Amino acid sequence: MTSLSTEQLLRAYERMKTIREFEERLNQEIQKGAIPGFTHLYAGQEAVAVGVCEHLGNEDYIASTHRGHGHCIAKGCDVIGMMKEIYGRHDGLCKGKGGSMHIADVDQGMLGANAIVGGGPPLAVGAAIATRLQGKGKVTASFTGDGGSNQGTVFEAMNLAVVLKLPTIFVYEDNGYSEHTGTSYAVGSDDIASRAAGFGMPAEKADGCDFFAVYETAGRAIKRARAGEGPSAVEFATTRFYGHFVGDPQNYRAKDEVARHRETMDCLKNFRARVTAEGWLSDEQLDEVDARVLALIDEAVEAAQASQPPGIEDILTDVYASY
Amino acid sequence: MAVMTFREALNQAMFEEMQRDQRVIVLGEDVSGGAGGTSGERDAAGGIFGVTKGLILEFGEDRVIDTPISESAIMGAGAGAAAAGLRPVAELMFADFIGVCMDQVYNQAAKFRYMFGGKMQCPLVIRTAMGAGMNMGAQHSQTIYPILTSVPGLKVVIPSNPADAKGLLKTAIRDDDPVVFFEHKALYNRKGEVPDGDYTIPFGEADMPREGDDCTVVAIGRMVPFAEKAIDHLAESGITCDLIDPRTVSPLDTEMIFESLEHTGRLVVVDESPPRCSLASDIAGIVAAEAFGSLRAPIKMITAPHTPVPFARELERAYVPGPDRIAAGITEVTNV
Repeated sequence: MTSLSTEQLLRAYERMKTIREFEERLNQEIQKGAIPGFTHLYAGQEAVAVGVCEHLGNEDYIASTHRGHGHCIAKGCDVIGMMKEIYGRHDGLCKGKGGSMHIADVDQGMLGANAIVGGGPPLAVGAAIATRLQGKGKVTASFTGDGGSNQGTVFEAMNLAVVLKLPTIFVYEDNGYSEHTGTSYAVGSDDIASRAAGFGMPAEKADGCDFFAVYETAGRAIKRARAGEGPSAVEFATTRFYGHFVGDPQNYRAKDEVARHRETMDCLKNFRARVTAEGWLSDEQLDEVDARVLALIDEAVEAAQASQPPGIEDILTDVYASY
Repeated sequence: MAVMTFREALNQAMFEEMQRDQRVIVLGEDVSGGAGGTSGERDAAGGIFGVTKGLILEFGEDRVIDTPISESAIMGAGAGAAAAGLRPVAELMFADFIGVCMDQVYNQAAKFRYMFGGKMQCPLVIRTAMGAGMNMGAQHSQTIYPILTSVPGLKVVIPSNPADAKGLLKTAIRDDDPVVFFEHKALYNRKGEVPDGDYTIPFGEADMPREGDDCTVVAIGRMVPFAEKAIDHLAESGITCDLIDPRTVSPLDTEMIFESLEHTGRLVVVDESPPRCSLASDIAGIVAAEAFGSLRAPIKMITAPHTPVPFARELERAYVPGPDRIAAGITEVTNV
């Protein structure tokens, strides 16, 4: 049984697939040297972003991480605008001034990818102060990795959220590594959820490679927040299919680890297996989505390549709203 | 016109802005005080210096939010609430504490607009108490504004009198950019006339509380009343000065400084911060680069020494530039 309609299932799959293909393609394009800077890919973690964001609307806010493409797509940011941004184009989502680590779209409730590890949770807590005062019944969510979970800002944000009983949820994505160091080394407690529980909020753990587990777990936390019952934490075990950044030789991982994870921890394969076995969706329906997504990614890359960088005069604009 | 203290003027500015705009909230440590206490009193502090006194009684705890001692969370929550449509006034109890929350200020709030292509606004006001003179020691007495002034995306306000404090705080709250608003602790009891009714003071427009012919004195914050004293004393012996109070140091009204220098040819800059990378060195540098032709004497910088703020009364008194040092500096350049 699932509470999701066929349309919802297809949308969730399309978003996960879009994230996957966006990242796989970026990996190729970056290696061709077409894209400036550091890029951190989200491939492998799609079920977390989509499983959470499928509960959220435009007026619910999220704060993201340096590994933020997945959160952006899951929250409804324009994929072509994102690709242009990552290429540093004038018509990118942030006019080419943000780049991969700083994609934001406030109209979609996306408060920004954030290149400061642990930078986002205080922002989501503040947005929750705003949405509560505005009386819209909206919630906010911050995404934090296992690495970010060790930052003091995150502890401060959790405590403040509990003290003020805010409509916000803390989403922890344990992808096994904080940069080049394993979670088992860097997270001193047994897990992140029990640490969050110590701050006085309900905390649950689930399999981050299972969309349905994420969707249900996040759903409970978001329902509590919407009902005015305060913050919660959810922790998802997942994996990343690439290194910390594109080009990372990943010397810290066993040689066969990524291949093994692609075999056993692929949330898209898991999703397809489940929905076809249950008879909720057919392979044909999913294949149609796959084709549509691949075409969209092709279009995005072509549009980004064809577009122009910002004009040099743009360097001085938008530092302030008023001068 | 009513005579009131700097503290009362700030309190009135927040009270009036909270009344006229539901989006204005106040958050910080002990901004009301008393939460979780045993007396049951909910306006037990009103801020450590009493600047937010009474606000909770009028506007309630949804808009006057006592926070834990968590400066990163306060500044980050202020930035997030601002991005989501509020106009938060976040109090950083002492300016020295910027060190524990700097990321949320300079990497988050200050950069949203530029980094996100002009599509995000962050109308956050950070109110903070600064300055020496109350023997609070090295970690509660600094005038740390040069660091914030150097950050693109932030506006920095340093009022020196009650009327400016009120008008500038109202402008800060209505401004769509993040503003750091420095309040000198030793000025909270300074009295002055404050215009009646609603008024604002634009950013980037300096004030000239004294006019003269022999020297241009630019003074920041508490250094303004000290410079007034020095200048009034020197006037008795026939030396007169333009005194420029920038009021906002980002943006900085360089025009008024340049125009004054065309007339006087001599510059004294008075800054309570240590000398390196200070506002004194910044203003001296700008003048040297852009108005060198006006100068008839070397620029004189009067600053604190390159030390932390000392505790003992005698040492702290020696640390802070006072009217005597300012008068000596003016005399020195006018003798050239």
